[in-house]
Amino acid sequence: MKPEDFELLRSLVEERSGLVLTKEKLYLLESRLIPLARKRGMAGLDKLIREIRTRREESLLTAVTEAMTTNESSFFRDIKPFENFRKFVLPKLVEGHAAGRAIRIWSAACSTGQEPYSIAICLREEAAKLGGHRFEIVATDLSVEVLEKAKVGMYSQFEIQRGLPIQILMKYFKQVDEMWQVDASIRAMVKFRKLNLLQEFSSLGRFDVVFCRNVLIYFGKATKKLVFDRLRRIMLTDGFLFLGGAETVLGITDAFCRVDGYRGVYQMLSEIKPSWPSTSGTKENLAAQAPGP
Amino acid sequence: MKSCLIVDDSAVIRKIARKILEELNFEIAEADDGRRALEQCRAQMPDAILLDWNMPQMNGIEFLRALRQTDGGAAPVVIFCTTENDVPHIREAIAAGANEYIMKPFDGDIIQSKFAQVGLL
Repeated sequence: MKPEDFELLRSLVEERSGLVLTKEKLYLLESRLIPLARKRGMAGLDKLIREIRTRREESLLTAVTEAMTTNESSFFRDIKPFENFRKFVLPKLVEGHAAGRAIRIWSAACSTGQEPYSIAICLREEAAKLGGHRFEIVATDLSVEVLEKAKVGMYSQFEIQRGLPIQILMKYFKQVDEMWQVDASIRAMVKFRKLNLLQEFSSLGRFDVVFCRNVLIYFGKATKKLVFDRLRRIMLTDGFLFLGGAETVLGITDAFCRVDGYRGVYQMLSEIKPSWPSTSGTKENLAAQAPGP
Repeated sequence: MKSCLIVDDSAVIRKIARKILEELNFEIAEADDGRRALEQCRAQMPDAILLDWNMPQMNGIEFLRALRQTDGGAAPVVIFCTTENDVPHIREAIAAGANEYIMKPFDGDIIQSKFAQVGLL
């Protein structure tokens, strides 16, 4: 690939998704964009690049961006964060929580739905300890294609075997020919929305918990900082942020700090918490802008 | 080092599974049938058993039921690994005391993920 072609694709993808493509990812450009070119009736990558350069047709630019953003995911990915969610975060959320307001959880960059459905399954498994509190799960991704798949909740045998304990599979999935579909009752717990993390996301309302795992890792430092700043503004002061195993706030933001003993779990630092009082009444007002369940 | 007994009548499957599990630091023993597997378990219980369903003399589910009746046979973590991938088979395996269930075809990621879930890794 010519350097100017790589530069064209690199800047297109970064501008639209924040994803930073390095030279080492050249093979990914080829392996993902050649099938896309064929699907659109083009002979190869050269033709695709020419189309991008000359016509800049919106649907093509979107398709290229979506093809390049990784959609690697699995149920209960990394196991531990979901244990931390069940055993540490959920009890903390429920403790002293005013009845009435829903506890809101956001799965950012949810890909094909495994993360929000894993969260929903945790809530069902822990239902007896949740004291009847209402929960709302919002899941977003920038790709329309993966969101469509996520909503249907249909997974291959390979996908359901990565991370999903067999007892959970039996309890919350039904077999449909060669595929496995998440129960309608679990699907109903998750609201899927299209959202680009590079754009303003305050319209989602405020959240008690944000899962933003394995997505910032693909962003440049300035973009990471921007996203952390926005996250801080949409999170409730005593909320929790989950980051991926290889992600950190160190050297990027002072807004969040690690929760000792619970890897991957972060909280807002008290000294920079926004200065609203943390009475439940105020929180209800803050969350009121969010759509009800 | 934890031990794993691979029970499958296909030499090819045993070889693939052995390679994956050795990389995960397991000491491997093999058996090509449920009956021989049971003899090996009576001599020495492994920490884990990767178990095929369809085998000529004693199949996987018969082996599992016999194992769980044997002295010390409640201890090994048993993970089915079979082409039988429908709900009735899976339920039958769980009822007989299987800890996990892998549907063939499998790969290294699936083995690793399942072994991690049951606390073997």
